[in-house]
Amino acid sequence: MKEIKVSRESKDHETVHLNVPDMTCAGCVAKVEKSLRSVPGVKSADVNFADLSASVECDVPPDLLIKAVSDAGYTASVASPGGDSSEKDNAELLHYRQLLKQTVVSAVISLLILAVTMLGLLPAVETAPGRISWAVVSLLALFVLVYAGGRFFTGALKSFKHHSANMDTLIAIGTGVAWVYSTFIVLFPNSLSEIARHMYFDTATLIIAFINLGAALEMRARGKTSQAIKRLIGLQPKTATVLRDGQEVSIPIEALQIDDIVRVRPGEKVPVDGELTQGSSHVDESMLTGEPVPAQKNVGDEVTGGTINKSGSFLFKTTRIGKDTALSQIIDMVRKAQNTKPAIGRLADKVSGVFVPVVLIIAVCTSLIWFNFGPEPVITYMLVTTMSVLIIACPCALGLATPISVMVGVGKAAEYGVLIRRGDALQQAGRLSTIVLDKTGTITEGKPVLTAIEPGEGWDEERLLAVAAGVELYSEHPLAQAIVEAAKDKGITPEACESFVAVSGHGVKALAGGRNLLLGNKRFMEHNNVPIGELERLADELSRQAQTVMFVSVNGKAAGILGVSDPVKPDSKEAIQRLRSSGIKVIMLTGDNSATAGAVASQVGVDEYIAEVLPQDKADEVARLQGRGEKVGMVGDGVNDAPALAGADVGFAIGTGTDVAIESADITLMRGSLHGVPDAVNISKATVSNIKQNLFGAFGYNSLAIPIAAGIIYPFTGMLLDPIIAGAAMALSSVTVVTNANRLRWFKP
Amino acid sequence: MSFIVNLIGILLIAFIVWWFWIYKGRSEASLEGDKIDIIVDSGVYEPSIIHASLGKPLTLRFIRKDANPCAEKVIFSGLDLSADLEVDKPYELSFTPQKKGEFEFTCQMAMYRGMLVIE
Repeated sequence: MKEIKVSRESKDHETVHLNVPDMTCAGCVAKVEKSLRSVPGVKSADVNFADLSASVECDVPPDLLIKAVSDAGYTASVASPGGDSSEKDNAELLHYRQLLKQTVVSAVISLLILAVTMLGLLPAVETAPGRISWAVVSLLALFVLVYAGGRFFTGALKSFKHHSANMDTLIAIGTGVAWVYSTFIVLFPNSLSEIARHMYFDTATLIIAFINLGAALEMRARGKTSQAIKRLIGLQPKTATVLRDGQEVSIPIEALQIDDIVRVRPGEKVPVDGELTQGSSHVDESMLTGEPVPAQKNVGDEVTGGTINKSGSFLFKTTRIGKDTALSQIIDMVRKAQNTKPAIGRLADKVSGVFVPVVLIIAVCTSLIWFNFGPEPVITYMLVTTMSVLIIACPCALGLATPISVMVGVGKAAEYGVLIRRGDALQQAGRLSTIVLDKTGTITEGKPVLTAIEPGEGWDEERLLAVAAGVELYSEHPLAQAIVEAAKDKGITPEACESFVAVSGHGVKALAGGRNLLLGNKRFMEHNNVPIGELERLADELSRQAQTVMFVSVNGKAAGILGVSDPVKPDSKEAIQRLRSSGIKVIMLTGDNSATAGAVASQVGVDEYIAEVLPQDKADEVARLQGRGEKVGMVGDGVNDAPALAGADVGFAIGTGTDVAIESADITLMRGSLHGVPDAVNISKATVSNIKQNLFGAFGYNSLAIPIAAGIIYPFTGMLLDPIIAGAAMALSSVTVVTNANRLRWFKP
Repeated sequence: MSFIVNLIGILLIAFIVWWFWIYKGRSEASLEGDKIDIIVDSGVYEPSIIHASLGKPLTLRFIRKDANPCAEKVIFSGLDLSADLEVDKPYELSFTPQKKGEFEFTCQMAMYRGMLVIE
């Protein structure tokens, strides 16, 4: 019986999903459906024979449904509709154990057969006791083929009926032919010449043992390739402590509603996304953004599901739940990207699509060549070479080469807060020759702050700021916000204003306590005949430091200047250096004037900067660079830069931690830091080279191994490949590909 | 004898070419309603060719029976859709086709193969 879970899908009726594993025919379906519909309160019941389940729309407890089904003679349990990863892991573990068991059984029987054959313990097949003994061996081998290799035969048959062929086809024909030929000798020993009477029971069974072992190892290794996504899924807590009627109650996370108030204690995970309403804390967001330093959260700040509360206890109001949370979107995006293939893998896809029928043709040709030109006993050579060709060919290695590395590469990037939308972007990112960075919000914080206060004669900092903040309180300009914020931080009360007029492109005029106030740029002061004297030199100085300067005048006399600037992120310079040292040209684009742009450019050390670029012209700049033959990566905030991001070879959007799905970007950097760009570039390079190794290995393996198996070296060396070795080689080849991809897990960008 | 064996070999090659490449009759199904079950088992999707209509919402319900990891993903590369399938857990892939054409869906290694025909 499986675990009991209920899913609520409708407000009026619940839909209960049941597992009904004992159904064996369409008759059972009718019986189970009838039993469920007879329960009062059941609105509808649909039984699905394909997956042995039932969906019941009802408002009765699941126990009654289970009882009704068991009264009808079947067992039922409530199932989770979406499935969860632990159930999936269990199914995988069961399959893995089954493979190991099959490996052990087939290996033991194979070795037994091998021993009696090698030691000559059995009488000759031509004699009556010999035939009986060999018949027993044949049956033992048949048991192995059915028990441990049965799925190859059913798979081969099923694909054959569908006009397709896969690895099962090759293994089934290879081992099947060995068994049929050997059994034919047991039944009719005298129909073949004495030297041709070699039997291959041990070969057939050992091949099955090797392939099962290979499949088990491959499965284990493959499980590791999806660890990144499992880790993300594991971040989701199962329960949340919610305030209901003033009481704190613990409820399953699925039952959370939008606007619920949720309590998070220190050490607990934030269950879903929301806005902090009471308390404050430091929250560790590294698992989502790769940012190692915990973020300070105060009332009004956003918190993200899956992150860990490090210090204080707080309350937050839920804003996004279920599939809409940032974590769910990240999981969805990573999973989707893992399932896409970069262009580099398309050839392998084309080849693996026709691979098996081509190998079948090669096998027939091999057989004919040995038949026509081979030494005696012709039939033995035909059989050995054909078997080897069929068994050694490994479409799996070829098919796995690209996707398995993409799985690991995309997962690795997610660990560093780099979300890659498509496999193609993963391939392209490593080939970029130029990276264009938007200045505001990308290189800089994007939030201007007050960085200089220079009072004029007869003024002090505090009074100057109080006057300026009083005026700017009414303005919505980002620079004004910086001044108001600064006053707030310093505990200065802004002076009240009586009237306020904004003069576009220049500044503002206001009346406060009978005084005429002006706040604006130099030209604004000149227009109003305010002498600025000594302050001009200071203003020029601040401009050179990439600060925007504002003059304040009271009753026609200069009171001082304020410098506002958008500070450069602390690690922008280092990140830009990383890009430049890997041979990538870094260009900064900004709408700022040349002086400010130049100041920021020299501070962070970009190769080039282009100033006074209007937002709508950014895409043209990208196109112009592409026209020069550059592979251009564009980094921006994803909102204003959308056309440029979309036009670039790879568009990187710098997120703020929760803006996951920025549609115009190929790659989203969850961490605000520019380091995400060189991280993405390096992970891309490592992944592409891993894919190349895999493809080279898989193509190389098949194009070398198949001719050798066909006997191409026999004329020179007199040696043929033993089909058992072919089986071992084939089993190892796909394990090697997966193991090589797993190496990427240890990569540090 | 020699002639017969060679002839059988050549016929076998011709048969392989015809059966796997030329002959197109795989298990086909047209949508009745807006939902169809696709069983993923033993290396094949059944049905493997699905006909659907342009602009009409469509739900493909994949039911994976094969525990082999090869069956764990289904990818529609031309439609930018994919799904992770779990054994015995139906997965419903719902979307509205926006372009006409033949769209192949495969496993990660392109061994399982199917075709969605949007008409």
